[in-house]
Amino acid sequence: MKSMIEVENVTFQYKNNEEEIKALKDISIKVKKGEFVVIIGHNGSGKSTLAKHINALLLPTEGKVMVKDMDTKDESNMWDIRQTAGMVFQNPDNQIVATIVEEDVAFGPENLGVTPEEIRKRVDEALNIVDMIEYREKAPHLLSGGQKQRIAIAGVIAMRPDCIIFDEPTAMLDPVGRNEVINTIKKLNKEENITIIHITHFMEEAVNADRVIVMEDGKIVLEGTPREVFTQVEKLKILGLDVPQVTDLAHELVKEGISLPADILTVDEMVMELCRLK
Amino acid sequence: MLKDITIGQHYPTGSAIHKLDPRTKILVTFALIVGLFLVKNFIGYIFVVSFIIMATIISKIPFKYMIKGLKPLYILITITFFINVFMTSGESLFHIGPLNVTREGLYQAVFMAIRLILLVVGTSLLTLTTSPIMLTDGIEHLLNPFKRIGIPAHELAMMMTIALRFIPTLLEETDKIMKAQIARGADFESGNIINRAKSLVPLLVPLFISAFRRADDLAMAMEARCYRGGDNRTRMKELRMVKQDIVGFAVAGTLIAVLVFLRL
Repeated sequence: MKSMIEVENVTFQYKNNEEEIKALKDISIKVKKGEFVVIIGHNGSGKSTLAKHINALLLPTEGKVMVKDMDTKDESNMWDIRQTAGMVFQNPDNQIVATIVEEDVAFGPENLGVTPEEIRKRVDEALNIVDMIEYREKAPHLLSGGQKQRIAIAGVIAMRPDCIIFDEPTAMLDPVGRNEVINTIKKLNKEENITIIHITHFMEEAVNADRVIVMEDGKIVLEGTPREVFTQVEKLKILGLDVPQVTDLAHELVKEGISLPADILTVDEMVMELCRLK
Repeated sequence: MLKDITIGQHYPTGSAIHKLDPRTKILVTFALIVGLFLVKNFIGYIFVVSFIIMATIISKIPFKYMIKGLKPLYILITITFFINVFMTSGESLFHIGPLNVTREGLYQAVFMAIRLILLVVGTSLLTLTTSPIMLTDGIEHLLNPFKRIGIPAHELAMMMTIALRFIPTLLEETDKIMKAQIARGADFESGNIINRAKSLVPLLVPLFISAFRRADDLAMAMEARCYRGGDNRTRMKELRMVKQDIVGFAVAGTLIAVLVFLRL
């Protein structure tokens, strides 16, 4: 299958107080169409910088980034790339432009020059997908964090992207809001077949991904299915990252000599395996 | 406390006047202001007052609410009244100490006070019946023809929209910072005016820093959503003039014609 996103040997360098800092060091990633990729890492591991490269908000110092075979360095592609690869940011307050929910969702398509009737259709559709249609005439500042973030997601969906990059969309939300957003993201991937790149530092959010990429200090240190990545408990702990609680528990139990498979990721699996013990 | 501030004072009732095109309302209000300055005697005011009363009745906004809007202006109106009473020369009626009250002065004072009141009531009718977004939209459309001579119509409207959008967010933030500083012993309420102004520094510095950060974030989010200025941009809700707007223009036009006629 053709790649949705190709990041080839990308290095990104910037100057901070006369000091050259390399935020990305020779990174290569390929994301297939329809894939659900989670990128995890510490603050300062370069994961947000990587996200901004895919949306052409930043351009690589070396190497190249291709979105649907369009090079981000070519300025004539910029608007097509931003329409193809939408982006949702961390702070829901700072990405809502308009004073009414539906006006904000319409902002993207309006920028693309879509006809008014078509915008209306897309806005209603997008609000239905994120389950916020009954709030369409409300003022955004009266909504909860999770709802605001869903509005931001609707604003991106209304542009009909093939791929959405989520840059820590749950970092500022309470557990309820986090669940709302995560379920919306899963739904977009399953039902709308939108390619998802989800950047987070909550390990639990990575369990359902097709692929997990762990970043540290501008490099990729681990890559694979959630099972492959999270079973490397020791390695993750050296990196200072958590593993999902259940996986950690399984790991500890195995160390104590209880015969459990080491690749347990969810509570349900744990319950199954424990019941099988005799 | 800060949340009580309502900007624009929009009072939605869904009346026919609320549903008028914002451009119509802006132009009519503008005509009304010009008309008010054309009025030279009290007969003219009868027409303006009946126009405003009619509009208020149609708009279903309670008269009490309209009068309440005048409250903050009563000092200004009183000052204007007294300046006119004492500073106009003419036939002397009576003296208060060194001040001379004239017939012309009294007439002029009442006249000016009425003009001020009508000016405020007339313009507040615009903001009461039009949501800030519609108002911005209307201004953008009305300024569009002046783009050629370098007036950035779209940019101005966008700035107003974003300002309106962030007023509640920043008020909330101010509240939060204030509470955080009070919790650490800051005192915003006592002392003389200089001390109080000084105590605002630990409030304003974090507020400005956060506002700049928000601006940075928002600019990036807007770019990510393909924002590239007003060119080739479409709107979901297009403004359309309908029959009611023509009626509105006709009524306002008649009023202006009468006022011009009275002045001749």
